[in-house]
Amino acid sequence: MKLDTTGLESSAPVWGSPSELVDGFSAAPFFELPVTTDFDGFQKEAIQMVKPAKGTTTLAFIFKEGVMVAADSRASMGGYISSQSVKKIIEINPYMLGTMAGGAADCQFWHRNLGIKCRLHELANKRRISVTGASKLLANILYSYRGMGLSVGTMIAGWDETGPGLYYVDSEGGRLKGMRFSVGSGSPYAYGVLDNGYRYDMSVEEAAELARRAIYHATFRDGASGGVASVYYVGPNGWKKLSGDDVGELHYKYYPVMLSTVEQEMVEVAGA
Amino acid sequence: MARYDRAITVFSPDGHLFQVEYALEAVRKGNAAVGVRGTDIVVLGVEKKSAAKLQDSRSVRKIVNLDDHIALACAGLKADARVLINRARIECQSHRLTVEDPVTVEYITRYIAGLQQKYTQSGGVRPFGLSTLIVGFDPYSGVPSLYQTDPSGTFSAWKANATGRNSNSIREFLEKNYKETSGQETVKLAIRALLEVVESGGKNIEVAVMTKEGLRQLDEAEIDAIAAEIEAEKEATEAAKKAPPKEK
Repeated sequence: MKLDTTGLESSAPVWGSPSELVDGFSAAPFFELPVTTDFDGFQKEAIQMVKPAKGTTTLAFIFKEGVMVAADSRASMGGYISSQSVKKIIEINPYMLGTMAGGAADCQFWHRNLGIKCRLHELANKRRISVTGASKLLANILYSYRGMGLSVGTMIAGWDETGPGLYYVDSEGGRLKGMRFSVGSGSPYAYGVLDNGYRYDMSVEEAAELARRAIYHATFRDGASGGVASVYYVGPNGWKKLSGDDVGELHYKYYPVMLSTVEQEMVEVAGA
Repeated sequence: MARYDRAITVFSPDGHLFQVEYALEAVRKGNAAVGVRGTDIVVLGVEKKSAAKLQDSRSVRKIVNLDDHIALACAGLKADARVLINRARIECQSHRLTVEDPVTVEYITRYIAGLQQKYTQSGGVRPFGLSTLIVGFDPYSGVPSLYQTDPSGTFSAWKANATGRNSNSIREFLEKNYKETSGQETVKLAIRALLEVVESGGKNIEVAVMTKEGLRQLDEAEIDAIAAEIEAEKEATEAAKKAPPKEK
């Protein structure tokens, strides 16, 4: 199959033949279909092969001071924990972050590609791209690969002219604007803590603590999440990493071991 | 391919692109168009050839919208203008779709100029025979801008400019009389500049005003009123010039 590479090409392709001068739009992506007898079955198999398990917990929310982004750091292949130190918060540029859920390679590559496009936009237009624009660029690329097995569940968080921005973008081509999102297998647990403790007017420290707790609780119950809970803050001057705590240690911080009173002491029996 | 060698834009031995220069000639034969930028307003004025009696003048709009906040006037081949304007309009909407933001004036000017340049470097086509004046307000920042493009594909921003017939005299007038104005003063300046080369009267010029709220075409009566004001002012200054020496 020939893949659509419009996402990789520069936005001003060199036109040669006169017929292309007539088009108003740039050429729509096209690809050759694979040579099989059962195309639908082939599609299903391709998707099953890269089943979007999205074993992870990531979350992001907008509050008064900006955007808080947090994620765990465990990568799992079925029941095997392949890494406890994966960077799931990707730095697109100094004022925009993306989170990784789904296929690590897909997320890393397309976020990097998005960073390139954002920089090109800045150079061409002499102003930063908005979070809206950046998320739309990514969503359009992912939509053009729809059905081909990409697995991406990401949140684009940033600060632009209009203030803090947060979008959820996935490989099905969906794109949602919102105030609170959590993505991954641990997201139900994270949502429980996040939705319970959320207030719009929190301070940066309170919001960071809420994000940290939500990730910790998700790692506690979800087997596919664990490792280190990283918390990032996006403010008017860009993003800043606030903390990265091992969730094992966070457990004992939140639930310290209590020495219980002993009711009956065991005494040595004298003699035998 | 040998068949595409006819009528393409090639360099002359002394470094000229003759097709582009001939296109500029076509522009020089077109209707005069003037643009003036103020602090909160941008004004476009175009010379209107007297309409034939049976022609519906409303179908011959010379100043057009590219989007809610951007307008364009041009001098040169009107048929080429129609094609260029359609492509620019599509690009304005396409930009809104892909980045959820309206275009900036500079972006769409760059696009139109890029289009004009493409046609000077392709086989089997001729350059567009028109220069455009593009005005508008940038979204969010609200800064007014005036840009000009020409058949070679160059573009630049201006405080005030003219193109088309007698554009040199209009530009000279603007250079002498331009100052930072706002609102109605800018409109008057634009009409004064145009009246340097066009017969006075509302039916010979078309004027449109772009503010943050959008484009507004002035109707004949308004233009006549402003032209009359200008005439009165001119007579007043002439009278003032003549009076003092007499008193001495």
